[in-house]
Amino acid sequence: MSYTRRTKDDLAARVAQDIPEGSTVNLGIGQPTLVANHIPASREVLLHSENGILGMGPAPAKGMEDYDLINAGKQPVTLLAGGAFFHHADSFAMMRGGHLDICVLGAFQVSATGDLANWHTGEADAIPAVGGAMDLAIGAKQTWVMMDLLTKQGQSKVVQHCSYPLTGIGCVKRIYSDLATLECTPDGLRLIDAVDGLSHAELERLLGLPVQAPAR
Amino acid sequence: MLPMINKIASSIAEALADTADGSTVMIGGFGTAGIPTELIDGLIEQGARDLTLVNNNAGNGEQGMAALLKTGRVRKIICSFPRQVDSHIFDGLYRSGKLELELVPQGNLAERIRAAGAGIGAFFTPTGYGTELAKKADGSPKETREINGRMYVLEYPIHADLALVRAERGDRWGNLMYRKAARNFGPVMAMAARKTVATVHDVVALGELDPENIVTPGIFVHKIVKIDRVATQAGGFKA
Repeated sequence: MSYTRRTKDDLAARVAQDIPEGSTVNLGIGQPTLVANHIPASREVLLHSENGILGMGPAPAKGMEDYDLINAGKQPVTLLAGGAFFHHADSFAMMRGGHLDICVLGAFQVSATGDLANWHTGEADAIPAVGGAMDLAIGAKQTWVMMDLLTKQGQSKVVQHCSYPLTGIGCVKRIYSDLATLECTPDGLRLIDAVDGLSHAELERLLGLPVQAPAR
Repeated sequence: MLPMINKIASSIAEALADTADGSTVMIGGFGTAGIPTELIDGLIEQGARDLTLVNNNAGNGEQGMAALLKTGRVRKIICSFPRQVDSHIFDGLYRSGKLELELVPQGNLAERIRAAGAGIGAFFTPTGYGTELAKKADGSPKETREINGRMYVLEYPIHADLALVRAERGDRWGNLMYRKAARNFGPVMAMAARKTVATVHDVVALGELDPENIVTPGIFVHKIVKIDRVATQAGGFKA
């Protein structure tokens, strides 16, 4: 049977579907930023930005950019009524102190038990840069990863043990991918859902890892 | 009669005149917000060398911190995210071994700076545990400890000789208010340095800053210099 990958927008919508009303969320740089576009206007969700913003709003209209008001990806944003500014130590206290409900991050690799590698390829000539990735990964109550399940070469990015340098140990709770949504547990992967037509056996073949049946 | 407290400097050159070679200099800012560009230019002009810089990034394009790096007067940089699309000046110096890099997770960077200002000897943080950044410069592991079933890494404060901060409004006692996300590292860096120099767009009379809204109390600030504002249509900083 054939199956179709979730598009980037489908995937962002799938992540957004699981973000509950009233939660405080940090969306990582890159693909996770798209999730904001899929949170229904009727659902009140507070977005946190590591550079000192809670209650971040959408991008401003053209010409209305204010470069004192940017997100972690350095793009101009707006502030919702009720939003707040604070300094960096307070911003990271919100993460490390366990005050954020969810953070959504990209990844190079995730292990079946939730180890995360998303900051450095480990190549000798690569310039390392970590930003807030390590603080976010271990700080939020739940860390979700959003990524393609396979590399461009077809290798699984979900692995038994990460070969890239680690960002955090056992910190990823869920993997939202173009092919399936998975839960990372101390006992390995558990299926939450997969795209139509992708069998459990085929998913396990692609991953090269066992996947437990969905929790009832 | 006691002399009047007046931290307003007439120029950036005057405010930075005593910067010594070998200084550790904290530079506020994140992305386009809160970068004290005028103070960085002043530091280049002042000429101190053998500097250690503390910033979230490592310079963009040819301006500001990148221009300071280009002078060859920086020995080491402590930051969380040096790699940018336009960080070619840093990239070149780092790759040729002319610039030492201490890479620190952003929250550990902020907290190490805060700890310095708060007189904390060291602190245990969960961030970075089990990663390459829980190693010292010589590759040996940093001290770790299990506390209530969780693993933590011991991190030490980062002190500075000078902090360069971009604020919005200040008074002659050194009280500061910031603008939007330009606050970022300013308040903690101001606490952590022996000397803090801030630029502001407005210098106001004592009492005009609402005391409930002063973000950095003047005790952490030593010199204030008024600079012009380049506003966007939205009233904010123009990139």
